[in-house]
Amino acid sequence: MLTILFDGIAYGLLLFILAVGLSITLGLMNFINLAHGAFAMAGGYITVVMVNRLGLSFFWSLPAAFIITAALGAFLERTLYVRLYDKSHLDQVLFSLGLIFMSVAAVDYFMGANQQIVNLPPSLDGRLQLFGASIGYYRLFVIILCSLLTIALQLVLTKTRFGSQLRASVDDQRVARGLGIDVSRIFALTFAMGSGLAGLGGALATPFFNIDPTFPLKYMIYFLIVIAVGGTTTIIGPFFSALLLGVADIAGKYYVPAIGGFIIYTIMVAVLIFRPQGLFGRVTSR
Amino acid sequence: MLRRHALMGLAGAALAFGFCGSALAEDTVKIGLILPMTGPSASTGREIEAAVKLYMQQNGDKVAGKKIEVITRDDTGQADITKRLAQELVVNDKVAVIAGFGLTPLALAAGPIATQAKVPAVIMAAGTSMIVDQSPFFVRTSFTLPQNTTPMAEWAAKNGIKKVVTLVSDYGPGIDAEKAFKDKFTADGGQVLDSLRAPLRNPEFAPFLQKAKDLKPDALFLFVPSGFGASLMKQVSERQFKEAGIQVIGTGDVLDDEQLNGMGDVVLGMITSMNYSAAHDSPENKKYVADFEKANPNMRPNFMSVGGYDGIGLIYKALEKTGGDTTGTKLLDAMKGLSWTSPRGPISIDPDTRDIVQNVYIRKAEKKDGQIYNIEFATIPNVKDPLHGKK
Repeated sequence: MLTILFDGIAYGLLLFILAVGLSITLGLMNFINLAHGAFAMAGGYITVVMVNRLGLSFFWSLPAAFIITAALGAFLERTLYVRLYDKSHLDQVLFSLGLIFMSVAAVDYFMGANQQIVNLPPSLDGRLQLFGASIGYYRLFVIILCSLLTIALQLVLTKTRFGSQLRASVDDQRVARGLGIDVSRIFALTFAMGSGLAGLGGALATPFFNIDPTFPLKYMIYFLIVIAVGGTTTIIGPFFSALLLGVADIAGKYYVPAIGGFIIYTIMVAVLIFRPQGLFGRVTSR
Repeated sequence: MLRRHALMGLAGAALAFGFCGSALAEDTVKIGLILPMTGPSASTGREIEAAVKLYMQQNGDKVAGKKIEVITRDDTGQADITKRLAQELVVNDKVAVIAGFGLTPLALAAGPIATQAKVPAVIMAAGTSMIVDQSPFFVRTSFTLPQNTTPMAEWAAKNGIKKVVTLVSDYGPGIDAEKAFKDKFTADGGQVLDSLRAPLRNPEFAPFLQKAKDLKPDALFLFVPSGFGASLMKQVSERQFKEAGIQVIGTGDVLDDEQLNGMGDVVLGMITSMNYSAAHDSPENKKYVADFEKANPNMRPNFMSVGGYDGIGLIYKALEKTGGDTTGTKLLDAMKGLSWTSPRGPISIDPDTRDIVQNVYIRKAEKKDGQIYNIEFATIPNVKDPLHGKK
């Protein structure tokens, strides 16, 4: 029982780290970036290259995945995304879908279509008995890392000058500009941060699930469910919704394997019937 | 990419020539090879294509005075594309045989076209038992899931395993494997505690594996298709079945030779049953593996490759028998009942079911020369597909 809960939390937190960047760009910057999964995939492949091809430690590949994907995000934001901020949502969806297909084809070409395997470092490979539950070290590591990241993220958004500048820019760009806030710099930084987190999530997910070029398409649906259930106006919303979905998915598959795969969708439908704005969303007039 | 363009260009050129002079076309026998060369099953396509090329390199491209030309097309693993490509190959390119088919749904999509056009369709990979019933022009050189699974159940029952939990991918071959295992194992006095099915595109096996472990069986039986084994085995090792005294068994699909080395030491000791292992001890196989690895560095031939190798071999042998006559029904009749020694051992095509009859081997994953191989330690000779055997 505890083991199941634990596995669920690890899965949920991983989903959260993968999806939170999307929540930021969608909720805070009001931009629909379906290509979010492509950044996660980039992070995953950075791990593959560093660990398998270059023989570096898995621990080094995590910050590298964050930094390189963030840089990639910033570059694409400056060159491509910035042109679409004031376009309609449909344009944004079409554009980012196109990016997904390009990324899938590019990775297929350079890395091959088969699944890439990254083996865990020995220090994270093993299990620990705790309160009668059997816990994998790697899952524990994911839980701790993701929890720390969540706290840091929440602090940055609510307590720092950058956070308030970001919220101001989102609420009213013109006034924020008038107050001397460099809105485009703020957006670029935010976008880079979201992409970096996706990259880190992808790197963390790779030892669990392996990675192949269809990653962005396979996981897009999960990101969107997390965001839809959690709402986009806060990061606490997606946090709890990712946890809820992770635990429900794992527990469902454990206790009722026959319908386990559907539970995550059932929850989404139920939540959206009663709270169309998401569990933690505010009703906005925008 | 470049190569595929070149191939398409070649095909186009061949088409153009076809219009100019029919004499040229009559001296050439075209074979349409439809494989998933991209997408999640791309490894299947690459293995088979490499094996087909190897066979043609070893045996030359002339049979019974005719030049063999293989046209490879990529269906990306999607059935509607397979169907369209099969149609194009039959109608536009006038191929004598279509072959390939990486997955069950892909083979099924091509079935009606083979039937209507009376063109033999050689299944080189797909493993669901009932495919060969869907068209009288299907011939199979790969294997069927029940064929590989039943010997595993028999071995388990004989070797002190009494309680088993099965975990399979939830689609045609997985359900075939589950049923074949359960039928044989319970008939031999064993007990299947639970039959778990995980979605095919399922990244997270944790809940299923935890459930299997909590039921405390003597053994856990696994099946996932080629290409999905690595992520499953990683999570199997994370759950520590070995330490809990649970033997992990399965079909050889899980320990696909192509990925086996990358899976690491976690797979050591796992017992599987399969029609082919790259470590099969025979002169034919030694030559096959050596030539394959020489032509394709960093690639190890797997059971998919051998299906392709014997598939093109079957077409060559049938053409020899008909003396180069490419009429579909004549080729088909020539294929029925053919038998020869393949790298996997003696094989034959059952004249009644058009399905392959072959040895199935029980193997244990072990380290040999620093690499991991499935080492065969028992042989069940001339296994027919058990679901068809019953009829």
